[in-house]
Amino acid sequence: MLAKRIIPCLDVRDGKVVKGVKFEGVRDVGDPVALAEIYNQQGADEIVFYDITASYEKRGVMLDVVRETAKRVFVPLTVGGGIKTVDDIRDTLRAGADKVSVNSQAVKNPQLIKDGADIFGSQCICVGIDAKKIAENKWTVYINGGRVDMGLDLIDWVKQIESLGAGEICLNSIDADGTKEGFDLPMLRAVCDAVSIPVIASGGAGKIDDFSQVFEETGATAALAASLFHFGELTVGDVKAHCRSKNIIMR
Amino acid sequence: MIAIVDYGAGNIFSVKNALDYLGLENELTSDPEKIKAADAVILPGVGAFPAAMKKLCESGLTEVVKEEAKKKPFLGICLGMQMLFEKGYEFEECDGLGLIPGSVQKMDKPGFIIPHMGWNKLEYGTECPVLDDIGDDAYVYFVHSYEAVTDDKYLAAWVDYDGKVPAMVYDGDTVYGAQFHPEKSGSTGLQILKNFGGLIG
Repeated sequence: MLAKRIIPCLDVRDGKVVKGVKFEGVRDVGDPVALAEIYNQQGADEIVFYDITASYEKRGVMLDVVRETAKRVFVPLTVGGGIKTVDDIRDTLRAGADKVSVNSQAVKNPQLIKDGADIFGSQCICVGIDAKKIAENKWTVYINGGRVDMGLDLIDWVKQIESLGAGEICLNSIDADGTKEGFDLPMLRAVCDAVSIPVIASGGAGKIDDFSQVFEETGATAALAASLFHFGELTVGDVKAHCRSKNIIMR
Repeated sequence: MIAIVDYGAGNIFSVKNALDYLGLENELTSDPEKIKAADAVILPGVGAFPAAMKKLCESGLTEVVKEEAKKKPFLGICLGMQMLFEKGYEFEECDGLGLIPGSVQKMDKPGFIIPHMGWNKLEYGTECPVLDDIGDDAYVYFVHSYEAVTDDKYLAAWVDYDGKVPAMVYDGDTVYGAQFHPEKSGSTGLQILKNFGGLIG
């Protein structure tokens, strides 16, 4: 059977890894290529680079970082942040990414998902979502790094994403992100029930049990975390060993 | 030298990066003479079966690929593996290279997420030199929605995803095919590529 995936995310600004707590209070934690190599050695199943500033400061993705990483790290690599056009997708894949993650621009222009999937294949189009709870079992989608509420219903959006041909969803909970109180299980359950494409859980991981819990209690096929791994509180290897001990299939 | 066939499909740079990392001399090429002169050939591929066969054909490479595959170590990866078979049915019926008997069909697994995407564990079938030293707990990375349908005697490895899904096929001679991406399968994948490079002799 397919193994559940553990994915470290490297939020990158100006070619350096950073991690914001609720997207604020950014701290510098190093060189993305070196960190990607460390995570690869720890057994990361995939690595995500996210250019956190790109969507509002109009920066391009860091293609040189991607190129260097692709020469040294041989697990799938996803790149997001600031991807606005089919040409951006093409450039990113050519630099060595296996997938791109589109977020704000996909909300503004859903056709980007369809065009990307038609040209490059669904397998390389991941749609990232930042969502926030507004009522019991109801969430809306935010863009621009969680700054702007689009008033778009999360469940309507994920169904649309699937029908447009996206291959995967990376679902970040704005409420849980940075809290270290665990993944947003109700939101993940609602999304996993609504679509049949893989869903990556993001936001809120703070302890090792959060990972086993998200796999035991939701349909998420992967779990993503950033600061927890950067600051060495847990290694990817620790998390995988723990999940294995709970009979969750891990590579 | 390993020729990586460049016919305008797929992320061929990942394959090149992995061979470079392993110190295996290689060249991306669409030149039939270079493919003939190479010690081994890799046929990569991502995308749709008919489009890839059409591109290979338009590049004037179909015949040379078929001939060279019988003479020297030849590895198809992902769609390149699917193209080794006689027929594909993605969008339309389409002839493949016919190097291994069988066809390629849409994966039909009710209740299972398609594409089959992620890491799955190799189970071994017939003896295959590129899988030497790979071990019993080896996971490799897949992304595909179509699968090979072939006789078990060509199955060097398979994975369980609502039944057997062909992972590595082998004609028993020179032709190898990996449904997974060895260039994205961590140390296991690198070992498989290293073993393939080791067939040159």
